[in-house]
Amino acid sequence: MTALNRHLLHYLGWRLLQSLVVITIVVIGSFMLLHLVPGDMVDVLGGQRGDMDAELMATLRARYGLDQPMLVQLFHYVTGVLQGDLGYSFRNSNTVLSLVLQRLPATILLVVCSVAVAVFIGTLAGVFAARHVHRPIDVIISMVVLIFYATPVFMTGLGLVIIFSVKLKLLPVGGLITPGVDMTTLQLIGDVARHMILPVLSLSLFYIAIYARLARASMLQVLNQDYIRTAYAKGLGTSHVIIGHALRNALLPVVTMVGLQIAELFGGAVLTETIFSLPGVGRLAYDSVFERDYPLILGVLLVCSFVIILVNLIIDLIYTLLDPRVEVSR
Amino acid sequence: MMPNASVPRESLLDVEGLSILIKDKRGDVRAVEDVSFSVAAGETLALVGESGAGKSLTALALMRLLPKTLAVEAKRITLAGKDLTSPSELDIRKVRGSIMAMIFQDPLSALNPVLTVERQLVEAIRLHETISRSDARARALELLDMVRIPAAAARLGEYPHRLSGGMRQRVMIAMALAGRPRLILADEPTTALDVTISGQILELLKELQRDLGLGMLFITHDLHVVRSVAHRVAVMYSGRVVESGTVADVFERPRHPYTEGLIQARPHGSFVTDGHRLREIAGTVPVPSARPPGCAFEPRCGRAEADCRQIVPPLVLEPGTARSLACFHPLQQEQYA
Repeated sequence: MTALNRHLLHYLGWRLLQSLVVITIVVIGSFMLLHLVPGDMVDVLGGQRGDMDAELMATLRARYGLDQPMLVQLFHYVTGVLQGDLGYSFRNSNTVLSLVLQRLPATILLVVCSVAVAVFIGTLAGVFAARHVHRPIDVIISMVVLIFYATPVFMTGLGLVIIFSVKLKLLPVGGLITPGVDMTTLQLIGDVARHMILPVLSLSLFYIAIYARLARASMLQVLNQDYIRTAYAKGLGTSHVIIGHALRNALLPVVTMVGLQIAELFGGAVLTETIFSLPGVGRLAYDSVFERDYPLILGVLLVCSFVIILVNLIIDLIYTLLDPRVEVSR
Repeated sequence: MMPNASVPRESLLDVEGLSILIKDKRGDVRAVEDVSFSVAAGETLALVGESGAGKSLTALALMRLLPKTLAVEAKRITLAGKDLTSPSELDIRKVRGSIMAMIFQDPLSALNPVLTVERQLVEAIRLHETISRSDARARALELLDMVRIPAAAARLGEYPHRLSGGMRQRVMIAMALAGRPRLILADEPTTALDVTISGQILELLKELQRDLGLGMLFITHDLHVVRSVAHRVAVMYSGRVVESGTVADVFERPRHPYTEGLIQARPHGSFVTDGHRLREIAGTVPVPSARPPGCAFEPRCGRAEADCRQIVPPLVLEPGTARSLACFHPLQQEQYA
């Protein structure tokens, strides 16, 4: 066991080193990319006020360091990041870090719940379809799932709002918490949960389709393996074979897919957060782009890549637990 | 050494008129047709034949582990007094692993890659006996000792991919023995192993079979293996048994032209040598959907006559012998005397 732990520590160290390289590339890459875009924050301010003259604009640029050469700005930015300073958002009059951290919980809640719901329902539907392959129920599951897959997230979201909030008046239209009401912790959790149902549903319906198709294919493939025949030969019943022998093997591609799609889900969160006016990172990124708030955009990108790298590391660790053939090593 | 040919004939498995149908819209095709044999307790019957003769299908049919596209028909199948001619799902589940257990060809793919040896062994043990987890673990160790796995306790925690090929097959055998079966179906258990390991596994199977008094149906295409493990042999060709009897009788005095051809096609053929060149049987095995109307071997047979082309020769017990034969124009034993 100690040998294994040492292996694991070694592996984690190696992965952290890799992550540092990736984050460095993300920081430099996105910084340069953003500076290729014509216009800066001062242009936007000037456009909004309409009465700004060239002198004032130059003064503002000098004040915010925007008149410096790009490499100098990059150097300032990187030194700041290394000290935990992601910059200051002048438009929001707050540090980027605190802005992003304020918004992160809502997004993480949305993404994690959506992944959990999508994986759970998707796998369940896929395994069920595989057990009844080519029978009517399999075809029906495939069709329903395809419809969800083909419907854009914003349309699902709006449709759900119309049905459940506007017509049936069962669930709130948007937001994270009912404003202006005093609540106990338990009531607060319930309130947030009620607010999260529709966003999570609209984001996960699309992904349920992917996991259902994947789990079905993977299950069908696993059920054809020799070790499934061995399990039956022992005298095990069907449900025992499926749960005890097939499922864990069939889940391997599903777990891989979660890792691959985490980044995409953050992208999907932008749409969902906008539709349901959730105070998340996606909305923050969306707004900061239109306000040319470079430090904020960079900060969002940086924190998101950090979260994605972390999630991928966790997924890889789960994978090594599920499949002993994948052994941790450099 | 050849196993003793005179074994008690207390019948354990009796199969009569077993056919396996490949269901198809254009009409069913019989992959295995009207096969009959029996295995006594403490006896090994070898099923030999080329690939596609229906050997493995026959074993899988007994376990009812065939894919759903294949159907089993039989006049009568009895195992240890139980009627298994058309068993219910529950009946066959009770038999699988406890009265009749199977060892498969490739132990790497036949063991679940994500479960430890212990999990897979203990599961098999506890399925057929109500015993505690720790007792089951002790029994698992005992089984690993029985199949002579060194440092058995350390092996329990291993996953199949960490074991060598021979070790994996020993685990497979231990798993098959977990439910204290009376009949072992061994489907080419040494084909996937290299030669020295395969020799060790054969020895182990022979020993276990003798010590535990097991009946064994041993499927192979290797005639050397048949001579080393089996008491009796049934030769299959294109879905039918063409000749069966004691190993000594059939191998030393083959009467079916196909059996003779198989023996002559062996390397270092010790019965008939023809210089150094191996003698092959001309032609190929017909596919099940395009068998000739008469004897399936007729197109490749040097002794075929008009009747062979029209009528399928039935498998008949030779009077006064233990040999059955399905041939209208068999070789005379004197040729090999």
